Amino acid sequence: MVENRPFLTLLSHLVVLLGVVVIAFPVWMTFVASTHSQQTMLQSPIPLLPGPHLIENYTKVLTEGYGRVGSTSVTLTLTNSLVMALGVAIGKIAISIISAFAIVYFRFPGRMYFFWAIFITLMLPVEVRIVPTYGVVANLGMLDTYGGLIIPLIASATATFLFRQFFLSVPDELTEAARVDGASPMRFFWDILLPMSRTSIAALFVIQFIYGWNQYLWPLLITTKESYYTVVMAVTRQANVVDSVPSWNLLMAMAMLAMLPPVLVVVFMQRQFVRGLVETEK
Amino acid sequence: MEKRVTFNERWLPYLLVGPQIIITLVFFFWPSGQAIYQSVLIEDAFGGNSKFVYVDNFIRLFSDASYYASARLTVVFSFLVAAIGLALSLLLAVMADRVIRGATGYKAFLVWPYAVAPAVAGVLWGFLFNPSVGIVAWMLQGIGIEFNYVINGNQALLLVVIAAVWNQISYNFLFFLAGLQSIPKSLIEAAAIDGAGPGRRFWDIIFPLLSPVGFFLLVVNIIYAFFGTFGVVDALTKGGPGHATNILVYKVYNDGFRGQDLGGSSAQSVILMLVVVLLTVVQFRFIERRVHY
Repeated sequence: MVENRPFLTLLSHLVVLLGVVVIAFPVWMTFVASTHSQQTMLQSPIPLLPGPHLIENYTKVLTEGYGRVGSTSVTLTLTNSLVMALGVAIGKIAISIISAFAIVYFRFPGRMYFFWAIFITLMLPVEVRIVPTYGVVANLGMLDTYGGLIIPLIASATATFLFRQFFLSVPDELTEAARVDGASPMRFFWDILLPMSRTSIAALFVIQFIYGWNQYLWPLLITTKESYYTVVMAVTRQANVVDSVPSWNLLMAMAMLAMLPPVLVVVFMQRQFVRGLVETEK
Repeated sequence: MEKRVTFNERWLPYLLVGPQIIITLVFFFWPSGQAIYQSVLIEDAFGGNSKFVYVDNFIRLFSDASYYASARLTVVFSFLVAAIGLALSLLLAVMADRVIRGATGYKAFLVWPYAVAPAVAGVLWGFLFNPSVGIVAWMLQGIGIEFNYVINGNQALLLVVIAAVWNQISYNFLFFLAGLQSIPKSLIEAAAIDGAGPGRRFWDIIFPLLSPVGFFLLVVNIIYAFFGTFGVVDALTKGGPGHATNILVYKVYNDGFRGQDLGGSSAQSVILMLVVVLLTVVQFRFIERRVHY
Protein backbone atom coordinates (compact mmCIF):
# COMPACT_ATOMS: atom_id res chain seq x y z
CA MET A 1 0.00 0.00 0.00
CA VAL A 2 1.38 3.32 -1.08
CA GLU A 3 -0.33 5.48 1.49
CA ASN A 4 -2.65 5.14 4.40
CA ARG A 5 -6.21 6.03 3.53
CA PRO A 6 -8.41 4.27 6.05
CA PHE A 7 -11.63 5.36 4.38
CA LEU A 8 -10.60 4.01 0.98
CA THR A 9 -9.40 0.75 2.51
CA LEU A 10 -12.72 0.34 4.28
CA LEU A 11 -14.54 1.09 1.04
CA SER A 12 -12.44 -1.50 -0.78
CA HIS A 13 -13.29 -4.15 1.79
CA LEU A 14 -16.97 -3.25 1.56
CA VAL A 15 -17.03 -3.44 -2.24
CA VAL A 16 -15.28 -6.80 -2.32
CA LEU A 17 -17.47 -8.17 0.48
CA LEU A 18 -20.58 -7.00 -1.35
CA GLY A 19 -19.27 -8.71 -4.47
CA VAL A 20 -18.67 -11.94 -2.58
CA VAL A 21 -22.17 -11.82 -1.08
CA VAL A 22 -23.92 -11.04 -4.38
CA ILE A 23 -21.96 -13.75 -6.18
CA ALA A 24 -22.73 -16.31 -3.50
CA PHE A 25 -26.40 -15.36 -3.20
CA PRO A 26 -27.80 -17.64 -5.97
CA VAL A 27 -25.98 -20.64 -4.50
CA TRP A 28 -27.11 -19.77 -0.98
CA MET A 29 -30.73 -19.64 -2.11
CA THR A 30 -30.27 -22.94 -3.95
CA PHE A 31 -28.93 -24.51 -0.80
CA VAL A 32 -31.76 -23.05 1.32
CA ALA A 33 -34.36 -24.30 -1.14
CA SER A 34 -32.87 -27.78 -1.04
CA THR A 35 -33.46 -28.01 2.73
CA HIS A 36 -37.18 -27.25 2.82
CA SER A 37 -40.29 -29.26 2.17
CA GLN A 38 -42.21 -29.03 -1.06
CA GLN A 39 -45.04 -27.05 0.57
CA THR A 40 -42.76 -24.40 2.04
CA MET A 41 -41.26 -23.83 -1.36
CA LEU A 42 -44.63 -23.06 -2.91
CA GLN A 43 -45.49 -20.13 -0.68
CA SER A 44 -44.10 -16.79 -1.68
CA PRO A 45 -41.92 -15.39 -0.18
CA ILE A 46 -39.73 -18.41 0.23
CA PRO A 47 -37.54 -18.59 3.36
CA LEU A 48 -34.03 -17.16 3.41
CA LEU A 49 -32.67 -19.59 6.00
CA PRO A 50 -32.18 -23.37 5.79
CA GLY A 51 -34.96 -25.68 6.91
CA PRO A 52 -35.08 -29.15 8.46
CA HIS A 53 -35.47 -31.37 5.37
CA LEU A 54 -31.89 -31.49 4.16
CA ILE A 55 -31.17 -35.18 4.62
CA GLU A 56 -34.63 -36.24 3.47
CA ASN A 57 -34.40 -34.29 0.19
CA TYR A 58 -30.91 -35.39 -0.69
CA THR A 59 -31.59 -39.04 0.13
CA LYS A 60 -34.66 -38.87 -2.05
CA VAL A 61 -32.93 -37.50 -5.16
CA LEU A 62 -29.91 -39.73 -4.72
CA THR A 63 -31.89 -42.94 -4.45
CA GLU A 64 -35.22 -42.43 -6.19
CA GLY A 65 -34.42 -39.60 -8.53
CA TYR A 66 -36.83 -36.83 -9.25
CA GLY A 67 -39.53 -39.32 -10.01
CA ARG A 68 -42.14 -37.72 -12.22
CA VAL A 69 -40.42 -37.17 -15.53
CA GLY A 70 -37.49 -39.54 -15.47
CA SER A 71 -36.91 -42.59 -13.39
CA THR A 72 -33.13 -42.24 -13.39
CA SER A 73 -31.64 -41.66 -9.98
CA VAL A 74 -29.26 -38.78 -9.53
CA THR A 75 -26.59 -41.23 -8.42
CA LEU A 76 -26.51 -42.69 -11.92
CA THR A 77 -26.32 -39.29 -13.62
CA LEU A 78 -23.54 -38.27 -11.22
CA THR A 79 -21.66 -41.43 -12.17
CA ASN A 80 -22.09 -40.63 -15.85
CA SER A 81 -20.79 -37.11 -15.29
CA LEU A 82 -17.82 -38.46 -13.38
CA VAL A 83 -17.01 -40.95 -16.14
CA MET A 84 -17.29 -38.21 -18.73
CA ALA A 85 -15.22 -35.66 -16.79
CA LEU A 86 -12.46 -38.15 -15.98
CA GLY A 87 -12.54 -39.56 -19.51
CA VAL A 88 -12.22 -36.14 -21.10
CA ALA A 89 -9.51 -34.97 -18.70
CA ILE A 90 -7.38 -38.11 -18.81
CA GLY A 91 -7.95 -38.74 -22.51
CA LYS A 92 -7.03 -35.21 -23.45
CA ILE A 93 -3.89 -35.23 -21.35
CA ALA A 94 -2.81 -38.65 -22.65
CA ILE A 95 -3.15 -37.95 -26.37
CA SER A 96 -1.81 -34.40 -26.07
CA ILE A 97 1.30 -35.24 -24.12
CA ILE A 98 2.41 -37.93 -26.57
CA SER A 99 1.71 -35.83 -29.64
CA ALA A 100 3.57 -32.88 -28.10
CA PHE A 101 6.45 -35.27 -27.35
CA ALA A 102 6.52 -36.37 -30.99
CA ILE A 103 6.39 -32.83 -32.33
CA VAL A 104 9.10 -31.48 -30.05
CA TYR A 105 11.54 -34.40 -29.83
CA PHE A 106 11.49 -35.88 -33.32
CA ARG A 107 12.21 -34.72 -36.85
CA PHE A 108 9.98 -36.50 -39.32
CA PRO A 109 8.38 -35.76 -42.67
CA GLY A 110 5.03 -34.06 -42.25
CA ARG A 111 5.77 -32.80 -38.74
CA MET A 112 4.67 -29.24 -39.46
CA TYR A 113 1.50 -30.43 -41.21
CA PHE A 114 0.53 -32.34 -38.10
CA PHE A 115 1.35 -29.35 -35.99
CA TRP A 116 -0.90 -27.08 -38.03
CA ALA A 117 -3.68 -29.65 -38.24
CA ILE A 118 -3.77 -29.68 -34.44
CA PHE A 119 -3.39 -25.93 -34.23
CA ILE A 120 -6.47 -25.27 -36.36
CA THR A 121 -8.73 -27.14 -33.93
CA LEU A 122 -8.14 -24.27 -31.52
CA MET A 123 -10.41 -22.20 -33.67
CA LEU A 124 -13.65 -24.12 -33.83
CA PRO A 125 -15.55 -24.98 -30.67
CA VAL A 126 -17.96 -27.87 -30.90
CA GLU A 127 -20.90 -25.46 -30.75
CA VAL A 128 -20.39 -24.15 -34.26
CA ARG A 129 -20.34 -27.52 -35.98
CA ILE A 130 -22.85 -29.45 -33.93
CA VAL A 131 -25.04 -30.82 -36.70
CA PRO A 132 -22.28 -32.41 -38.83
CA THR A 133 -20.36 -33.67 -35.79
CA TYR A 134 -23.55 -35.31 -34.60
CA GLY A 135 -23.84 -36.89 -38.05
CA VAL A 136 -20.33 -38.33 -37.84
CA VAL A 137 -20.89 -39.78 -34.39
CA ALA A 138 -24.21 -41.27 -35.53
CA ASN A 139 -22.51 -42.85 -38.58
CA LEU A 140 -19.91 -44.43 -36.34
CA GLY A 141 -22.66 -45.91 -34.17
CA MET A 142 -21.44 -44.04 -31.12
CA LEU A 143 -24.73 -42.48 -30.00
CA ASP A 144 -25.60 -43.45 -26.44
CA THR A 145 -22.13 -44.68 -25.56
CA TYR A 146 -19.48 -43.32 -23.23
CA GLY A 147 -17.11 -43.29 -26.19
CA GLY A 148 -19.43 -40.93 -28.05
CA LEU A 149 -19.63 -38.68 -25.01
CA ILE A 150 -15.90 -38.52 -24.49
CA ILE A 151 -13.82 -39.12 -27.62
CA PRO A 152 -15.04 -36.23 -29.83
CA LEU A 153 -14.18 -33.79 -27.03
CA ILE A 154 -10.63 -34.94 -26.35
CA ALA A 155 -9.02 -33.54 -29.48
CA SER A 156 -7.83 -30.13 -28.41
CA ALA A 157 -4.95 -27.94 -29.31
CA THR A 158 -4.67 -26.13 -25.99
CA ALA A 159 -3.33 -29.12 -24.08
CA THR A 160 -0.88 -29.99 -26.86
CA PHE A 161 0.41 -26.43 -26.83
CA LEU A 162 0.81 -26.37 -23.11
CA PHE A 163 2.96 -29.50 -23.19
CA ARG A 164 4.88 -28.31 -26.25
CA GLN A 165 5.69 -25.09 -24.44
CA PHE A 166 6.81 -26.98 -21.39
CA PHE A 167 8.95 -29.51 -23.31
CA LEU A 168 10.70 -26.67 -25.13
CA SER A 169 11.79 -25.31 -21.76
CA VAL A 170 13.29 -28.65 -20.65
CA PRO A 171 17.12 -28.39 -20.90
CA ASP A 172 18.69 -30.24 -23.81
CA GLU A 173 21.38 -31.61 -21.50
CA LEU A 174 18.83 -34.00 -20.04
CA THR A 175 18.08 -35.43 -23.46
CA GLU A 176 21.77 -35.70 -24.26
CA ALA A 177 22.50 -37.43 -20.99
CA ALA A 178 19.69 -39.87 -21.63
CA ARG A 179 20.97 -40.60 -25.10
CA VAL A 180 24.54 -41.10 -23.91
CA ASP A 181 23.24 -43.57 -21.36
CA GLY A 182 21.54 -45.41 -24.18
CA ALA A 183 17.95 -44.67 -23.13
CA SER A 184 15.34 -45.19 -25.82
CA PRO A 185 12.96 -42.30 -26.60
CA MET A 186 10.12 -43.94 -24.69
CA ARG A 187 12.35 -44.61 -21.73
CA PHE A 188 13.31 -40.92 -21.71
CA PHE A 189 9.64 -40.02 -21.91
CA TRP A 190 8.57 -42.25 -19.01
CA ASP A 191 11.49 -41.74 -16.67
CA ILE A 192 12.39 -38.10 -17.22
CA LEU A 193 9.81 -36.09 -19.13
CA LEU A 194 6.65 -37.43 -17.53
CA PRO A 195 7.78 -36.95 -13.91
CA MET A 196 8.92 -33.43 -14.79
CA SER A 197 5.51 -32.58 -16.27
CA ARG A 198 3.61 -33.34 -13.05
CA THR A 199 2.61 -29.76 -12.26
CA SER A 200 1.47 -29.06 -15.82
CA ILE A 201 -0.54 -32.27 -15.82
CA ALA A 202 -2.21 -31.36 -12.52
CA ALA A 203 -3.09 -27.86 -13.73
CA LEU A 204 -4.51 -29.20 -16.96
CA PHE A 205 -6.41 -31.93 -15.18
CA VAL A 206 -8.32 -29.41 -13.05
CA ILE A 207 -9.33 -27.31 -16.05
CA GLN A 208 -10.32 -30.29 -18.18
CA PHE A 209 -12.21 -32.00 -15.39
CA ILE A 210 -14.39 -28.91 -15.03
CA TYR A 211 -14.75 -28.66 -18.79
CA GLY A 212 -15.84 -32.28 -19.06
CA TRP A 213 -18.20 -32.17 -16.10
CA ASN A 214 -19.91 -29.00 -17.32
CA GLN A 215 -20.53 -30.13 -20.89
CA TYR A 216 -24.15 -29.64 -21.80
CA LEU A 217 -24.82 -29.30 -25.50
CA TRP A 218 -22.81 -32.35 -26.50
CA PRO A 219 -24.44 -34.89 -24.14
CA LEU A 220 -27.79 -33.31 -24.96
CA LEU A 221 -27.29 -34.19 -28.62
CA ILE A 222 -25.92 -37.67 -28.49
CA THR A 223 -27.77 -39.27 -25.60
CA THR A 224 -31.32 -40.44 -25.99
CA LYS A 225 -31.29 -43.12 -23.29
CA GLU A 226 -31.78 -41.81 -19.80
CA SER A 227 -29.12 -44.14 -18.47
CA TYR A 228 -26.49 -41.98 -20.21
CA TYR A 229 -27.74 -38.59 -19.03
CA THR A 230 -25.24 -36.42 -17.21
CA VAL A 231 -26.24 -34.63 -14.05
CA VAL A 232 -26.12 -31.17 -15.67
CA MET A 233 -28.55 -32.38 -18.34
CA ALA A 234 -30.81 -33.96 -15.73
CA VAL A 235 -31.00 -30.72 -13.74
CA THR A 236 -31.83 -28.66 -16.81
CA ARG A 237 -34.48 -31.09 -18.00
CA GLN A 238 -36.19 -30.99 -14.63
CA ALA A 239 -35.93 -27.20 -14.52
CA ASN A 240 -37.88 -27.02 -17.77
CA VAL A 241 -40.85 -28.85 -16.28
CA VAL A 242 -40.66 -27.47 -12.77
CA ASP A 243 -43.56 -25.10 -13.25
CA SER A 244 -45.91 -27.98 -13.99
CA VAL A 245 -44.44 -30.40 -11.43
CA PRO A 246 -43.33 -28.02 -8.70
CA SER A 247 -40.74 -29.76 -6.54
CA TRP A 248 -38.30 -26.89 -6.20
CA ASN A 249 -36.73 -28.45 -3.12
CA LEU A 250 -35.73 -31.61 -5.02
CA LEU A 251 -34.64 -29.72 -8.13
CA MET A 252 -32.40 -27.48 -6.05
CA ALA A 253 -30.93 -30.48 -4.22
CA MET A 254 -30.05 -31.89 -7.64
CA ALA A 255 -28.53 -28.55 -8.69
CA MET A 256 -26.39 -28.54 -5.53
CA LEU A 257 -25.15 -32.04 -6.33
CA ALA A 258 -24.39 -31.02 -9.92
CA MET A 259 -22.31 -28.06 -8.74
CA LEU A 260 -20.52 -29.64 -5.83
CA PRO A 261 -17.80 -31.80 -7.48
CA PRO A 262 -16.32 -29.16 -9.84
CA VAL A 263 -16.61 -26.42 -7.20
CA LEU A 264 -14.80 -28.61 -4.68
CA VAL A 265 -12.09 -29.32 -7.22
CA VAL A 266 -11.60 -25.59 -7.78
CA VAL A 267 -11.62 -24.72 -4.10
CA PHE A 268 -9.24 -27.45 -3.01
CA MET A 269 -6.93 -27.26 -6.00
CA GLN A 270 -7.00 -23.50 -6.34
CA ARG A 271 -3.33 -23.12 -7.13
CA GLN A 272 -3.44 -25.71 -9.93
CA PHE A 273 -6.69 -24.20 -11.16
CA VAL A 274 -5.30 -20.68 -11.50
CA ARG A 275 -2.14 -22.02 -13.08
CA GLY A 276 -4.11 -24.09 -15.57
CA LEU A 277 -6.36 -21.19 -16.45
CA VAL A 278 -3.46 -18.86 -17.14
CA GLU A 279 -1.32 -21.42 -18.95
CA THR A 280 -3.98 -22.75 -21.29
CA GLU A 281 -4.51 -19.20 -22.51
CA LYS A 282 -0.90 -18.63 -23.52
CA MET B 1 11.47 -22.65 -31.55
CA GLU B 2 13.16 -25.98 -32.16
CA LYS B 3 15.04 -28.52 -30.08
CA ARG B 4 18.72 -28.96 -30.81
CA VAL B 5 18.78 -32.53 -29.57
CA THR B 6 16.26 -34.92 -31.04
CA PHE B 7 15.74 -38.63 -31.41
CA ASN B 8 16.02 -40.48 -34.69
CA GLU B 9 13.19 -42.92 -35.13
CA ARG B 10 11.32 -43.73 -38.24
CA TRP B 11 7.88 -44.89 -37.12
CA LEU B 12 7.64 -43.98 -33.48
CA PRO B 13 6.73 -40.28 -33.98
CA TYR B 14 3.82 -41.24 -36.24
CA LEU B 15 2.58 -43.63 -33.62
CA LEU B 16 2.75 -40.88 -31.02
CA VAL B 17 0.91 -38.18 -32.98
CA GLY B 18 -1.44 -40.82 -34.40
CA PRO B 19 -4.20 -40.81 -31.78
CA GLN B 20 -4.60 -37.06 -31.75
CA ILE B 21 -4.42 -36.76 -35.54
CA ILE B 22 -7.00 -39.51 -36.06
CA ILE B 23 -9.42 -37.95 -33.59
CA THR B 24 -8.86 -34.52 -35.10
CA LEU B 25 -9.50 -35.84 -38.61
CA VAL B 26 -12.60 -37.82 -37.69
CA PHE B 27 -14.29 -35.41 -35.30
CA PHE B 28 -12.99 -32.12 -36.56
CA PHE B 29 -12.00 -32.01 -40.21
CA TRP B 30 -14.64 -34.42 -41.43
CA PRO B 31 -17.56 -32.60 -39.75
CA SER B 32 -16.22 -29.18 -40.68
CA GLY B 33 -15.93 -30.32 -44.28
CA GLN B 34 -19.43 -31.73 -44.09
CA ALA B 35 -20.75 -28.43 -42.77
CA ILE B 36 -19.29 -26.65 -45.77
CA TYR B 37 -20.55 -29.36 -48.13
CA GLN B 38 -24.06 -29.41 -46.66
CA SER B 39 -24.24 -25.65 -46.74
CA VAL B 40 -24.45 -25.84 -50.54
CA LEU B 41 -27.06 -28.63 -50.61
CA ILE B 42 -30.77 -28.88 -50.06
CA GLU B 43 -31.95 -32.18 -48.66
CA ASP B 44 -35.53 -33.26 -49.18
CA ALA B 45 -37.66 -34.05 -46.19
CA PHE B 46 -37.12 -37.80 -46.36
CA GLY B 47 -33.34 -37.58 -46.47
CA GLY B 48 -31.31 -39.42 -49.05
CA ASN B 49 -31.96 -37.12 -51.96
CA SER B 50 -29.99 -33.95 -51.88
CA LYS B 51 -29.47 -31.38 -54.54
CA PHE B 52 -26.57 -29.05 -55.16
CA VAL B 53 -27.86 -25.49 -54.92
CA TYR B 54 -24.69 -23.38 -55.09
CA VAL B 55 -24.95 -20.61 -52.53
CA ASP B 56 -28.75 -20.62 -52.31
CA ASN B 57 -28.67 -21.47 -48.61
CA PHE B 58 -26.57 -18.43 -47.91
CA ILE B 59 -28.74 -16.20 -50.07
CA ARG B 60 -31.81 -17.52 -48.29
CA LEU B 61 -30.12 -16.82 -44.96
CA PHE B 62 -29.11 -13.30 -45.86
CA SER B 63 -32.57 -12.45 -47.11
CA ASP B 64 -34.11 -13.83 -43.94
CA ALA B 65 -35.17 -11.10 -41.54
CA SER B 66 -35.08 -13.47 -38.56
CA TYR B 67 -31.40 -14.21 -39.23
CA TYR B 68 -30.59 -10.51 -39.11
CA ALA B 69 -32.62 -10.16 -35.95
CA SER B 70 -30.68 -13.01 -34.38
CA ALA B 71 -27.33 -11.57 -35.53
CA ARG B 72 -28.21 -8.14 -34.16
CA LEU B 73 -29.35 -9.71 -30.90
CA THR B 74 -26.07 -11.64 -30.62
CA VAL B 75 -24.06 -8.45 -31.05
CA VAL B 76 -26.09 -6.63 -28.40
CA PHE B 77 -25.93 -9.64 -26.10
CA SER B 78 -22.18 -10.13 -26.37
CA PHE B 79 -21.59 -6.40 -25.95
CA LEU B 80 -23.62 -6.43 -22.73
CA VAL B 81 -21.98 -9.59 -21.38
CA ALA B 82 -18.48 -8.32 -22.15
CA ALA B 83 -19.03 -4.75 -20.95
CA ILE B 84 -20.83 -5.58 -17.70
CA GLY B 85 -18.58 -8.54 -16.96
CA LEU B 86 -15.36 -6.62 -17.52
CA ALA B 87 -16.51 -3.54 -15.60
CA LEU B 88 -17.63 -5.50 -12.55
CA SER B 89 -14.61 -7.78 -12.41
CA LEU B 90 -12.22 -4.85 -12.89
CA LEU B 91 -13.89 -3.06 -9.98
CA LEU B 92 -13.62 -6.17 -7.80
CA ALA B 93 -10.01 -6.83 -8.83
CA VAL B 94 -8.90 -3.24 -8.16
CA MET B 95 -10.57 -3.24 -4.77
CA ALA B 96 -9.19 -6.68 -3.87
CA ASP B 97 -5.73 -5.59 -4.98
CA ARG B 98 -5.88 -2.57 -2.66
CA VAL B 99 -6.45 -4.73 0.38
CA ILE B 100 -3.74 -7.16 -0.62
CA ARG B 101 -3.61 -9.05 2.65
CA GLY B 102 -7.22 -10.00 2.27
CA ALA B 103 -6.92 -10.62 -1.47
CA THR B 104 -5.93 -14.28 -1.23
CA GLY B 105 -8.79 -14.92 1.18
CA TYR B 106 -11.27 -13.13 -1.05
CA LYS B 107 -9.95 -14.91 -4.10
CA ALA B 108 -11.23 -18.25 -2.82
CA PHE B 109 -14.72 -16.75 -2.55
CA LEU B 110 -14.64 -15.24 -6.01
CA VAL B 111 -13.17 -17.99 -8.19
CA TRP B 112 -15.69 -20.78 -7.78
CA PRO B 113 -18.50 -19.57 -10.08
CA TYR B 114 -16.23 -20.61 -12.95
CA ALA B 115 -16.77 -24.22 -11.90
CA VAL B 116 -20.56 -24.01 -12.20
CA ALA B 117 -21.88 -25.32 -15.51
CA PRO B 118 -23.51 -22.60 -17.64
CA ALA B 119 -26.70 -24.65 -17.79
CA VAL B 120 -26.80 -24.95 -14.00
CA ALA B 121 -26.08 -21.21 -13.69
CA GLY B 122 -29.16 -20.68 -15.87
CA VAL B 123 -31.26 -22.86 -13.55
CA LEU B 124 -30.03 -20.98 -10.47
CA TRP B 125 -30.83 -17.54 -11.80
CA GLY B 126 -34.11 -18.76 -13.23
CA PHE B 127 -35.01 -19.86 -9.72
CA LEU B 128 -34.15 -16.46 -8.18
CA PHE B 129 -36.24 -14.64 -10.76
CA ASN B 130 -39.01 -17.20 -11.12
CA PRO B 131 -42.31 -15.31 -11.35
CA SER B 132 -44.07 -17.52 -8.79
CA VAL B 133 -41.42 -18.51 -6.22
CA GLY B 134 -38.34 -16.42 -7.05
CA ILE B 135 -37.13 -14.35 -4.12
CA VAL B 136 -35.67 -11.57 -6.26
CA ALA B 137 -38.82 -11.39 -8.38
CA TRP B 138 -40.79 -11.13 -5.14
CA MET B 139 -38.58 -8.32 -3.84
CA LEU B 140 -38.85 -6.47 -7.15
CA GLN B 141 -42.61 -6.79 -6.93
CA GLY B 142 -42.39 -5.24 -3.47
CA ILE B 143 -40.89 -2.09 -4.96
CA GLY B 144 -43.38 -2.06 -7.81
CA ILE B 145 -41.48 -3.77 -10.61
CA GLU B 146 -43.32 -6.57 -12.34
CA PHE B 147 -40.58 -9.01 -13.33
CA ASN B 148 -41.65 -11.91 -15.49
CA TYR B 149 -38.93 -13.19 -17.78
CA VAL B 150 -41.21 -15.91 -19.11
CA ILE B 151 -43.32 -13.41 -21.03
CA ASN B 152 -41.20 -10.25 -21.19
CA GLY B 153 -38.48 -10.43 -23.87
CA ASN B 154 -36.27 -7.63 -22.56
CA GLN B 155 -36.34 -9.01 -19.06
CA ALA B 156 -35.50 -12.46 -20.42
CA LEU B 157 -32.48 -11.02 -22.22
CA LEU B 158 -31.42 -9.15 -19.09
CA LEU B 159 -31.63 -12.33 -17.04
CA VAL B 160 -29.58 -14.32 -19.55
CA VAL B 161 -26.96 -11.55 -19.48
CA ILE B 162 -26.86 -11.59 -15.67
CA ALA B 163 -26.44 -15.38 -15.52
CA ALA B 164 -23.77 -15.32 -18.25
CA VAL B 165 -21.83 -12.52 -16.52
CA TRP B 166 -22.02 -14.31 -13.18
CA ASN B 167 -20.61 -17.46 -14.71
CA GLN B 168 -17.67 -15.66 -16.32
CA ILE B 169 -16.82 -13.14 -13.60
CA SER B 170 -14.24 -15.25 -11.79
CA TYR B 171 -12.27 -15.79 -14.96
CA ASN B 172 -12.10 -12.05 -15.65
CA PHE B 173 -11.32 -11.32 -12.02
CA LEU B 174 -8.35 -13.69 -11.93
CA PHE B 175 -6.79 -12.22 -15.05
CA PHE B 176 -7.33 -8.63 -13.93
CA LEU B 177 -5.89 -9.39 -10.50
CA ALA B 178 -2.83 -11.04 -12.05
CA GLY B 179 -2.44 -8.02 -14.34
CA LEU B 180 -2.70 -5.61 -11.41
CA GLN B 181 -0.17 -7.51 -9.36
CA SER B 182 2.33 -7.47 -12.20
CA ILE B 183 2.37 -3.66 -12.35
CA PRO B 184 5.63 -2.48 -10.70
CA LYS B 185 4.94 -0.90 -7.34
CA SER B 186 7.64 1.69 -8.00
CA LEU B 187 5.48 3.29 -10.71
CA ILE B 188 2.58 3.71 -8.34
CA GLU B 189 4.83 5.01 -5.59
CA ALA B 190 6.48 7.53 -7.91
CA ALA B 191 3.07 8.83 -8.92
CA ALA B 192 2.02 9.06 -5.28
CA ILE B 193 5.14 11.07 -4.44
CA ASP B 194 4.29 13.42 -7.28
CA GLY B 195 0.98 14.00 -5.57
CA ALA B 196 -1.37 11.87 -7.66
CA GLY B 197 -4.36 10.59 -5.66
CA PRO B 198 -5.77 7.07 -5.95
CA GLY B 199 -8.27 8.02 -8.70
CA ARG B 200 -5.67 9.82 -10.78
CA ARG B 201 -3.22 6.96 -10.34
CA PHE B 202 -5.86 4.50 -11.51
CA TRP B 203 -6.81 6.34 -14.69
CA ASP B 204 -3.35 7.57 -15.66
CA ILE B 205 -1.17 4.58 -14.75
CA ILE B 206 -3.02 1.43 -13.78
CA PHE B 207 -5.74 1.55 -16.41
CA PRO B 208 -3.42 2.06 -19.43
CA LEU B 209 -1.07 -0.66 -18.16
CA LEU B 210 -4.00 -3.02 -17.77
CA SER B 211 -5.28 -2.41 -21.28
CA PRO B 212 -3.47 -5.42 -22.83
CA VAL B 213 -5.16 -7.72 -20.32
CA GLY B 214 -8.39 -5.86 -20.94
CA PHE B 215 -8.25 -6.39 -24.71
CA PHE B 216 -7.44 -10.03 -24.27
CA LEU B 217 -10.37 -10.48 -21.91
CA LEU B 218 -12.63 -8.56 -24.27
CA VAL B 219 -11.98 -11.08 -27.05
CA VAL B 220 -12.32 -14.04 -24.69
CA ASN B 221 -15.60 -12.66 -23.37
CA ILE B 222 -17.01 -12.07 -26.84
CA ILE B 223 -16.11 -15.64 -27.84
CA TYR B 224 -17.70 -16.82 -24.60
CA ALA B 225 -20.87 -14.80 -25.19
CA PHE B 226 -21.12 -16.08 -28.76
CA PHE B 227 -20.58 -19.77 -28.07
CA GLY B 228 -20.22 -20.53 -24.38
CA THR B 229 -23.66 -19.33 -23.38
CA PHE B 230 -25.67 -22.03 -25.09
CA GLY B 231 -26.35 -23.77 -21.78
CA VAL B 232 -27.52 -20.57 -20.08
CA VAL B 233 -29.98 -19.83 -22.87
CA ASP B 234 -31.27 -23.37 -23.12
CA ALA B 235 -31.82 -23.68 -19.38
CA LEU B 236 -33.44 -20.26 -18.95
CA THR B 237 -35.43 -19.29 -22.00
CA LYS B 238 -34.93 -21.71 -24.91
CA GLY B 239 -34.45 -18.69 -27.15
CA GLY B 240 -37.80 -17.21 -26.19
CA PRO B 241 -40.11 -15.56 -25.41
CA GLY B 242 -40.69 -15.04 -29.12
CA HIS B 243 -37.13 -14.79 -30.37
CA ALA B 244 -35.99 -12.41 -27.66
CA THR B 245 -32.98 -14.52 -26.64
CA ASN B 246 -32.46 -16.55 -29.82
CA ILE B 247 -28.74 -15.88 -30.25
CA LEU B 248 -26.91 -17.29 -33.28
CA VAL B 249 -25.48 -20.40 -31.64
CA TYR B 250 -28.92 -21.28 -30.33
CA LYS B 251 -30.44 -20.71 -33.73
CA VAL B 252 -27.98 -23.15 -35.35
CA TYR B 253 -29.12 -25.79 -32.88
CA ASN B 254 -32.79 -24.92 -33.19
CA ASP B 255 -32.86 -24.88 -37.00
CA GLY B 256 -30.69 -27.96 -37.32
CA PHE B 257 -32.22 -30.24 -34.71
CA ARG B 258 -35.72 -28.95 -34.13
CA GLY B 259 -36.38 -27.49 -37.58
CA GLN B 260 -34.50 -30.23 -39.51
CA ASP B 261 -33.21 -27.56 -41.90
CA LEU B 262 -29.77 -29.10 -42.45
CA GLY B 263 -28.68 -26.86 -45.32
CA GLY B 264 -29.68 -23.66 -43.54
CA SER B 265 -28.17 -24.77 -40.27
CA SER B 266 -24.92 -25.75 -42.00
CA ALA B 267 -24.76 -22.40 -43.76
CA GLN B 268 -25.13 -20.76 -40.33
CA SER B 269 -22.39 -23.03 -38.98
CA VAL B 270 -20.07 -21.95 -41.78
CA ILE B 271 -20.71 -18.28 -41.00
CA LEU B 272 -20.11 -18.89 -37.29
CA MET B 273 -16.86 -20.68 -38.12
CA LEU B 274 -15.72 -17.58 -40.00
CA VAL B 275 -16.60 -15.46 -36.97
CA VAL B 276 -14.55 -17.65 -34.60
CA VAL B 277 -11.60 -17.75 -36.99
CA LEU B 278 -11.71 -13.97 -37.22
CA LEU B 279 -11.91 -13.54 -33.44
CA THR B 280 -9.10 -16.05 -32.89
CA VAL B 281 -6.87 -14.25 -35.37
CA VAL B 282 -7.55 -10.96 -33.57
CA GLN B 283 -6.72 -12.64 -30.27
CA PHE B 284 -3.45 -14.07 -31.56
CA ARG B 285 -2.28 -10.84 -33.13
CA PHE B 286 -2.98 -9.19 -29.86
CA ILE B 287 -1.14 -11.82 -27.84
CA GLU B 288 1.93 -11.26 -29.98
CA ARG B 289 1.83 -7.65 -28.90
CA ARG B 290 1.31 -8.58 -25.30
CA VAL B 291 4.62 -10.42 -25.25
CA HIS B 292 6.48 -7.17 -25.94
CA TYR B 293 4.58 -5.35 -23.25
